[in-house]
Amino acid sequence: MLELFRFPGGVKPASHKQESSGTPIAVAPLAERLVVPFRQSATGAAVIQVRAGEKVLKGQLIGSAEGAFGSSVHAPTSGTVIAVEARPLPHPSSLAAPCAVIEPDGAETWCERTPLDPFNTDPEIVRARIRDAGIVGLGGAVFPSHVKTRAPNRIDTLVINGAECEPWITCDDRLMRERAADIVAGAEIIGRLMGAKRILFGVEDNKPEAARSLQDALGKIECGSCQVASVPTLYPAGGEKQLIRVLTGVEVPYGKLSPEYGIQCFNVGTAYAVARAVQHGEPLIARIVTLAGNYGQPGNFEVAIGTPMDALLPLGQPQDDTDRIVMGGPMMGFTLADTSVPIVKATNCLLAMSQKLFPPPLPEMPCIRCGACTRACPMILQPHELYWYAKSKNFGKAQEYHLFDCIECGCCAFVCPSRIPLVDYYRFAKSEIRAREREKVAADTARERYEFRQFREEREKAEKAAKLAAKAAETKAKLAQEEAAQAQKVGADKTAAELIAAAQARVQAQKEKDSA
Amino acid sequence: MHSSPHILQPASVRTVMVKVLIALLPGIAAYVWFFSAAILVQIALASVTALVAEAIMLRLRGKPVMQFLGDGSALVTAWLVALTFPPIAPWWLTVLGVLIAIVIAKHLYGGLGQNPFNPAMVAFCAMIVAYPQLMSQWPRSEFNALQPMLHAIFFSDRQLDALVMATPLDALRTILRDPELRATVAGILGSHATFGNIGGHGWEWVAGGYLLCGLWLLQQRIITWHVPVAFTVTLAVIAGIFSAINPAYFVGANFHLFTGGAMLGAFFIATDPVSGCTTPLGKIIFAAGAAALTWIIRSFGGYPDGMAFAILLMNLLVPLIDMNTQPKVFGHKRKPEA
Repeated sequence: MLELFRFPGGVKPASHKQESSGTPIAVAPLAERLVVPFRQSATGAAVIQVRAGEKVLKGQLIGSAEGAFGSSVHAPTSGTVIAVEARPLPHPSSLAAPCAVIEPDGAETWCERTPLDPFNTDPEIVRARIRDAGIVGLGGAVFPSHVKTRAPNRIDTLVINGAECEPWITCDDRLMRERAADIVAGAEIIGRLMGAKRILFGVEDNKPEAARSLQDALGKIECGSCQVASVPTLYPAGGEKQLIRVLTGVEVPYGKLSPEYGIQCFNVGTAYAVARAVQHGEPLIARIVTLAGNYGQPGNFEVAIGTPMDALLPLGQPQDDTDRIVMGGPMMGFTLADTSVPIVKATNCLLAMSQKLFPPPLPEMPCIRCGACTRACPMILQPHELYWYAKSKNFGKAQEYHLFDCIECGCCAFVCPSRIPLVDYYRFAKSEIRAREREKVAADTARERYEFRQFREEREKAEKAAKLAAKAAETKAKLAQEEAAQAQKVGADKTAAELIAAAQARVQAQKEKDSA
Repeated sequence: MHSSPHILQPASVRTVMVKVLIALLPGIAAYVWFFSAAILVQIALASVTALVAEAIMLRLRGKPVMQFLGDGSALVTAWLVALTFPPIAPWWLTVLGVLIAIVIAKHLYGGLGQNPFNPAMVAFCAMIVAYPQLMSQWPRSEFNALQPMLHAIFFSDRQLDALVMATPLDALRTILRDPELRATVAGILGSHATFGNIGGHGWEWVAGGYLLCGLWLLQQRIITWHVPVAFTVTLAVIAGIFSAINPAYFVGANFHLFTGGAMLGAFFIATDPVSGCTTPLGKIIFAAGAAALTWIIRSFGGYPDGMAFAILLMNLLVPLIDMNTQPKVFGHKRKPEA
């Protein structure tokens, strides 16, 4: 039995899992149009490889990974690219970015798929496959997975994150229940790439069916170094740092990456996608999305990436009093300004909100320093102090109190009896600090540029002056030379006359000698 | 724009304050039983004054009056003032005390959550400095008829001689200090009706009520263990050591804990989150310091109880203590330099 550790703080919101976890994953019908953003990873956009009017096959590369940190994007179905243009993305600010708009032909014709045998293939080829299949972290961070499989040092433990601690969300739960074999296969592929000695599957103990399903899958392949650990249900047990702490006892501080401690962590959905990509040659073109909250028929759907949310939402039959949709869970998700945006690789849940189900908070009160937030904070921060410094814009002090260690899990705001939107203050302070740093960099650059210009101007002036001086000196020298030449010429004439005279004298002397 | 988290635990400042008020009730019941219902009159007086003063101050400060009036914080302050003042204090003394607490100690410093000093303790200290005699007159323990007490509260011609005596702490201190009496602690405690089995007569029951409901507050997670444990243990240890060294002059731990404001202080006053420390270690230092100062003032000072001054002195140190007791952040190896 694996020894489990505790992480500090944490809260226990009502889980609301059973509303959507009871029914199997349903395949969502193909939408009339798919809008596939080229930016699908945390590290940047893919290089566009299609033009409007082009026919594409299901799984065909439409955006290629750029550089070591890039991630590629594929056509989720066969059809025609009718436009490549900027469309709003699911982002708190509804930013627009380039997308391929695809009209499906309904045939679902796959491009050529080439399965790899992950255990008899060069790891670099497997890694390249993971990159070329566009696999990113499906837990929400969408960091390119192939980058994470390359650790600078030896990895001891691979953690597969099936904790799914956010209330309401059950997409990982259903995936583990229904497709455990592929999750386990994906974990083994990643484990082999990283040379991991053991693989730990962390599942919160409110999902016993999922844990059992993984256990059964492991039993079939007789993986001696794999283990399913049932971790206590305590939000945010599914946070990477928290789950690593619970399973291994290691605390990964801010600014460090877990591989430095011999641990790497992947979401169950990512492991599943890796198995599909490597063993079946299928790129990441669909994911499981939970529809939970204010729906008549909540559940989980396998959805093509790029499906407009407006096309997916009706499948859950949202109630009439639904007033907004949150992408993600109630603790960390964000409100969508617009539900016409597409499902992306990061979309794990579309939570339908209503006043009745999620009553708006009572009016905010002043902080009474009760300390509920400090007891709830999983990072052992002092949320009330950070709030104080963020509010007073004392950003230096906020950083001193480890503002950037905050993972924005929302535990502090969840327990606050004064209903202060604490996380907002931290986000504000962080963005202000980042903006100031950028400004500082810009100012430094500008100053350097100015100083260089001054230097250059002075240098040019000096050079010009030197040149002028040189020229003046040259002219002077020339004049002097000319004068000298003149003088020399005079001198030379004189000398010539003398020479002639001397020669004549010599001749004369010779003559005299001869005649003598 | 709504932002995460989208769900909140059903907690409010009001529930915190109401639970504190509920937790005070058993102690008050014991108070009524042993010292008459006059205390209820004082509590009512203090409550009305506090609510009126709070409402006026909120209005003057341009704050939403009903939202803040309902938070219950003014009532907690009022009840603590009433419970630390003598039950037969003249009405204006209580009113003045509450006004000082609410107007000066709370609102002039910025209102709820902003006051560096515990308002009830500011009121107590201001009044005991201004009216030391009135603040030291407590009803005789064998005398608990309501009528004369009400008379003492509401009419200026206080027939004090029949009614009044010092508190057990005060009595002990006064008798011990009198060189002509050559009294010892044991002699005084045995001879005097003021003194009960553990602390002062009746006081021990009131303190027991506070202790019991303080434990309930702990269970409700309104307060943490740090302050009550550090306060009581420190007071007990210091009192125990000195009592062992010189039992004739220094009274023991039990007496210190179960008389005066020790239990009220340990569970209800030193635990005030606004004016206290917030880090775990800081809370321990704060409470231990308050207990040590309480013992020192009780043993060597000139006031009947030392707790109020002790708390205010420690309130002064809160920013310094908090700054230097920051816990180790997740994953960080060393304590950050403050």
